[in-house]
Amino acid sequence: MSRTDWEVVIGLEVHAQLNTASKIFSGASTAFGAEPNRQTSAVDIALPGVLPVLNRGAVERAIRFGLAIGAHVAPTSVFARKNYFYPDLPKGYQISQFELPVVQGGEITIRVGEGDKAYEKTVRLTRAHLEEDAGKSLHEDFHGMTGIDLNRAGTPLLEIVSEPDMRSSAEAVAYARALHALVRWIDICDGNMQEGSFRCDANVSVRHKGATEFGTRREIKNLNSFRFLQQAIDYEVQWQIATIEDGGRIQQATVLFDPDSGETRMMRSKEDAHDYRYFPDPDLLPLVISDEWKARVQADMPELPGAMKARFMDEWGLSAYDATTLTASKEVADFYQATVSAASAALAKPCANWVMGDLAARLNKAELDISASPVSPAQLAGLVARIADNTISNAIGKKVFDALWNGECTTADEIIDRQGLKQVTDIGAIEAIIDEVLAANPKSVEEFRAGKEKAFNALVGQAMKASKGKANPSQVNELLRKKLGG
Amino acid sequence: MINASLVELRRALDARQISSVELATLFLDRITALNPQLNAFITVDRDGALTAARAADARIAAGDAGPLTGIPLAHKDVFCTEGVLTTCASKMLGNFVSPYDAHVVSLLKAAGAVSLGKTNMDEFAMGSSNENSYYGPVKNPWDATRVPGGSSGGSAAAVAARLAPIATGTDTGGSVRQPASFCGITGIKPTYGLVSRYGMVAFASSLDQGGAFGASAEDCALLLSAMTGFDERDSTSLERPAEDYAAALAAPAAGKPLDGLRIGLPREFFAEGMADGVRTAIEAALAQYRALGATTVEVSLPNAKLAIPAYYVIAPAECSSNLSRFDGVRYGHRAAEYTDLADMYGKSRAEGFGAEVKRRILVGTYVLSHGYYDAYYLQAQRLRRLIAEDFKAALAQCDVIAGPTVPNTAWALGEMADDPVQMYLSDIYTIAVNLAGLPGLSHPCGFDAQGLPVGLQLVGDYFSEARLLATTHRFQQATDWHRQRPACAQ
Repeated sequence: MSRTDWEVVIGLEVHAQLNTASKIFSGASTAFGAEPNRQTSAVDIALPGVLPVLNRGAVERAIRFGLAIGAHVAPTSVFARKNYFYPDLPKGYQISQFELPVVQGGEITIRVGEGDKAYEKTVRLTRAHLEEDAGKSLHEDFHGMTGIDLNRAGTPLLEIVSEPDMRSSAEAVAYARALHALVRWIDICDGNMQEGSFRCDANVSVRHKGATEFGTRREIKNLNSFRFLQQAIDYEVQWQIATIEDGGRIQQATVLFDPDSGETRMMRSKEDAHDYRYFPDPDLLPLVISDEWKARVQADMPELPGAMKARFMDEWGLSAYDATTLTASKEVADFYQATVSAASAALAKPCANWVMGDLAARLNKAELDISASPVSPAQLAGLVARIADNTISNAIGKKVFDALWNGECTTADEIIDRQGLKQVTDIGAIEAIIDEVLAANPKSVEEFRAGKEKAFNALVGQAMKASKGKANPSQVNELLRKKLGG
Repeated sequence: MINASLVELRRALDARQISSVELATLFLDRITALNPQLNAFITVDRDGALTAARAADARIAAGDAGPLTGIPLAHKDVFCTEGVLTTCASKMLGNFVSPYDAHVVSLLKAAGAVSLGKTNMDEFAMGSSNENSYYGPVKNPWDATRVPGGSSGGSAAAVAARLAPIATGTDTGGSVRQPASFCGITGIKPTYGLVSRYGMVAFASSLDQGGAFGASAEDCALLLSAMTGFDERDSTSLERPAEDYAAALAAPAAGKPLDGLRIGLPREFFAEGMADGVRTAIEAALAQYRALGATTVEVSLPNAKLAIPAYYVIAPAECSSNLSRFDGVRYGHRAAEYTDLADMYGKSRAEGFGAEVKRRILVGTYVLSHGYYDAYYLQAQRLRRLIAEDFKAALAQCDVIAGPTVPNTAWALGEMADDPVQMYLSDIYTIAVNLAGLPGLSHPCGFDAQGLPVGLQLVGDYFSEARLLATTHRFQQATDWHRQRPACAQ
């Protein structure tokens, strides 16, 4: 049986760290990078007698997420204790939500692939629930012992669980990226994957195409980059297919991905799975969310990517592809909108081309985020306006962009004036240049007359060169053809 | 002076007949003399008490004294006290000094009360006899061969023997009311949520509630008024205005001060299983209540008998989780030698916890396990609702419910040591009240043939503490059972 006869089924569980200033059940700070155990209160280290108090800011972020994905925000949800022993889990249980999560259902539309092969797909979400993070066990540097850092213990997390709707690693990555963009867009999570603010677990199984039952899944834990997510799923899929084709069976298990070897390896089988003995936490009342609270959160909600994309298409005439690209992240959308508003709505399309084209390429090459772009939206708008009003050509525009990027000027107008880049549109001046070029290149003229169209392009190039790029290219074309023809 | 009421002590302190330092010294000296026999205290904080007493004297001199300023008291060793050992009578916390005060402790400190020390208890408040203490059993001041009740046995014995005028306790299934009954004093467990649980080491979170011990309802009212109040650090703390329970007692006692009060007598509590001496004393007390103007009416709590099985699922379930934090990692007992992490957990907990605590952790772990949760835990929660509905129906027919606090009087030390279930059954009248979250009070109402105190329990609707205390106060104005003292306090 060949690989094409297999279907891959993937569901993701994402832990998004909510960007509250304090922890979910205590007043300790959530800032990253403090010295070990400096951001821990009596509650975080689970001293005898302490009690949790729910951070309303964490709940508000969960509501915002629920509303953003069109989910049911439960009017009543329940915190439960997930019991297990581990040194970095101070209470011996994690406070989470089990039977009644705060966010139920919802969906996210993703765009997979590029160019002609690109397609859209809607991924359904099962649920999203609030929970606290554990601390960290540090197994190195302690000579056979383990160090415990509880700074992270009690950090608020939203665990976002998808339905098993994805059918390839590309879809899984597209979903993870869309989710990552959304949580940052609605400002509930900083999305910093190196610091563990956004971590993915992937449930992966394979089945024969056309099968109605799911295969047995294995869960790949703690993938903290999109690249690892893709690599881990790809490895896992080929491993599962090979195992089955060799006559083996997949055992339900939790596995870890080793980025060095590119392989997944088993952490624990289903038999070793904990019995977490979930039960409602008697220290916390059921979480009640009123319609008024939801309405307040809704009122503070920024325009969501879907609505913004539709607006870009309807009002500014962008293509679906452009609108999708420009709303892929909050930062890009903010930059683009600022550029259009500094230029004009009529220039929305050329602004889009610049943001997605030259700017994106330069940022990518320099490994810069758009929020750190050396060229500001206002500067880019100034450049786009000068091209649009024919002050400069597109080719000169690229030079001006370079100057802005390198900080050689503060506005496009400044460099255009200083270097005299203004396009030459005076017919007499262009004719004079063309006459010189024709006189200096009799061979090309001859070739053109003999029917070689290429020679015409060479002459245009010479004329542009002679004008230092400032001649209006279409005028050069037109006048040259007239003279040669005449 | 050792038998003076809080009102009398207040008057003496304010009139400078005695200083707070002198008063604290008086009780500290009694502890020194009597604690070796009674074992009511785990920790005596003489220095801390005298420091607090000096501060109280300064407040009194400055005219800044509240009702409890300069009054000595004792805290059950389940309340965290900054800088003083908080052991929960367990080897597990034998070395634990809390860096913070429980809410109750800080409220009483702020009120100017003088803490003499920490009282003995059943380990982690699990038990009905105070025999489950790593520090040894407490002796009943009325008969040192008998138990004082539990789990707040040290606090009850301390107040009965006048080692402290008042004491704090906690009541999860009767742990204030039952020892109050066995020791011949008054004890009240308020409505769940009235006293903050912050800093009260958890046994069963949905049932635990702080309470007050005193010789009389009046003393309890003064203590309880200072212990209650909303605390934002406890999510189950109730946000309602503070009440002055002592002021509620002040209504002038008319000829028939309890005219119009309807006392409900649950048929099930009077049916069987009650010791003769208890029955006689309870019936005499009810006659007294009627003489004060109250009427009695039979009510029914048909599901009350299910309280014990429901409780012994819910309480162990919560305790198995609550006690997980005692793992030897961050504080408390850690085994001296171990091979790996699992071995460290296993040995530290095996060495640190006593038999009853282990029994309940095992039961709780079992009932929460996959496949058993519905049959045990959910079923017990259903019973809990039925029991609460029973009380609601009964309280629609009466103002307070009365009956014995315990079916018997204090039993001999060791008598039930081999039969934990028999001991669980002795909590039949008190446990249902915790499951419903209602307030309950026990007051002395006589003695059995062996001269052991009998307690009468009053149960009221939510937030009826003032009524329970006032009703008891009327009874105590007409009787002197609450003035009886064991030989060691005469």
